[in-house]
Amino acid sequence: MKPQMITLHINGRTHYVALNPNLTLLVALRDLGYTDVKSGCEKGDCGACAVFLNGVAVNSCLVLAAQADEGEILTAAGLGTSEHPHPLQTAFSDAGAIQCGYCTPGMIISAKALLDHKPHPTDAEIRDAISGNLCRCTGYAQIIQAVQSAAEKMDAGGEG
Amino acid sequence: MQSEIELHHPKNLAEALTLLAHYGPDGKLLAGGTNMVVELRDGHHNGKSLVDLSHLKELRGISKQDGYIVIGGGTTITELIDHPLIGAHAGILREAARLFANPLVRNRATVAGNLVDASPAADTAPPLLALNAEVQLMSQVATRWIKLEDFITGVRRTLLQPGELLYAIRWPVPSARSAGAYTKVGLRKADAISVLSTAVMVELDDVGVCQQTSIALGAVSPKPFRAHEAEALLKGKVLDSALIAEAARLAAESTRPIDDIRGTAAYRKRVVAVTVRRLLTKAVEVLK
Repeated sequence: MKPQMITLHINGRTHYVALNPNLTLLVALRDLGYTDVKSGCEKGDCGACAVFLNGVAVNSCLVLAAQADEGEILTAAGLGTSEHPHPLQTAFSDAGAIQCGYCTPGMIISAKALLDHKPHPTDAEIRDAISGNLCRCTGYAQIIQAVQSAAEKMDAGGEG
Repeated sequence: MQSEIELHHPKNLAEALTLLAHYGPDGKLLAGGTNMVVELRDGHHNGKSLVDLSHLKELRGISKQDGYIVIGGGTTITELIDHPLIGAHAGILREAARLFANPLVRNRATVAGNLVDASPAADTAPPLLALNAEVQLMSQVATRWIKLEDFITGVRRTLLQPGELLYAIRWPVPSARSAGAYTKVGLRKADAISVLSTAVMVELDDVGVCQQTSIALGAVSPKPFRAHEAEALLKGKVLDSALIAEAARLAAESTRPIDDIRGTAAYRKRVVAVTVRRLLTKAVEVLK
């Protein structure tokens, strides 16, 4: 198995990496230090590893890193900074939508994917949008509240 | 991850077909990867040369051509949900797409991948069977259309030959006097593998006589299939509740379900009689 050279643009930084062709994007991201991308089930059931790949929310465990060659990747941490957090990041923390935190990055990716297309979702639409993200702590109620509150803030502030 | 594979990224369809012709039985298709990447990690495709189709624009797209709806094999499940032609001419396929796995998986998984994977529970198969879909298989030297009904031959078995890929899927635009209905029984509302699924299409003439029906069943036999005996019973008749109940019974009889972690064979057989009856009734009511 020959290593392949690929280029990944992650949260605005460009990385050139040599990796084996059977390596997933999830493993590549974590090896590069993007540990906000979590490894859960590694078969597309839990959504903890969700990232945007070329603007589309995907499970990074189901994409080979080489399939993402030249791709633009955005992880949950890349949405904002400590000084200027994204409204979703603030809302998750304010609403107590985080307990252990393991599902949070994936939840935020799925929530952003929803709000990008539907700035004023119903609770049912939020439930559907996060149906590929498992949370074992919060019971989802605070997560839905957080997404609603972020939607309101983004609408008021024109952020996003 | 100890698997030994080679991975190729053809830049266009011609390159992909050349690679597939070159590798023959040692070649393996990779598209959305939602099943394949898990299998790769488990070492199921060691020694294979993988041809990545996920970047090929030639495999994308949904259009209406010569009385058919035609979709590229690489069309994602999300694209099915969003496209107006699917909403207008294949409501049952849209409904199946909406209930397919979860949004993150739907953004990657492709229709061709779902059909070539040929799981008995493949979610796009029952609606496409009910729509009389055909699949277009393409190799470097030839192209052929095969009825989807014939294409899937058994559990994870299809007529796809080494060197071929599933280029497109098409079905005739349904008549304005037809209606469809679909249901999926899962263990939960989202992210569920089907316990069973049912898709029906009914076409009535202007006095209410049944011109044709299709009844397609998933996850109740080694492959998704059409209940032809039940369909034949309905043709040329007015569909009243007694006749629909009898067709539903015949459809249930035609299943060969298994016991598994999602349900028992006996449960599946009983529920099919209920889903077929309800869906036929619903389709007839829509047409009234």
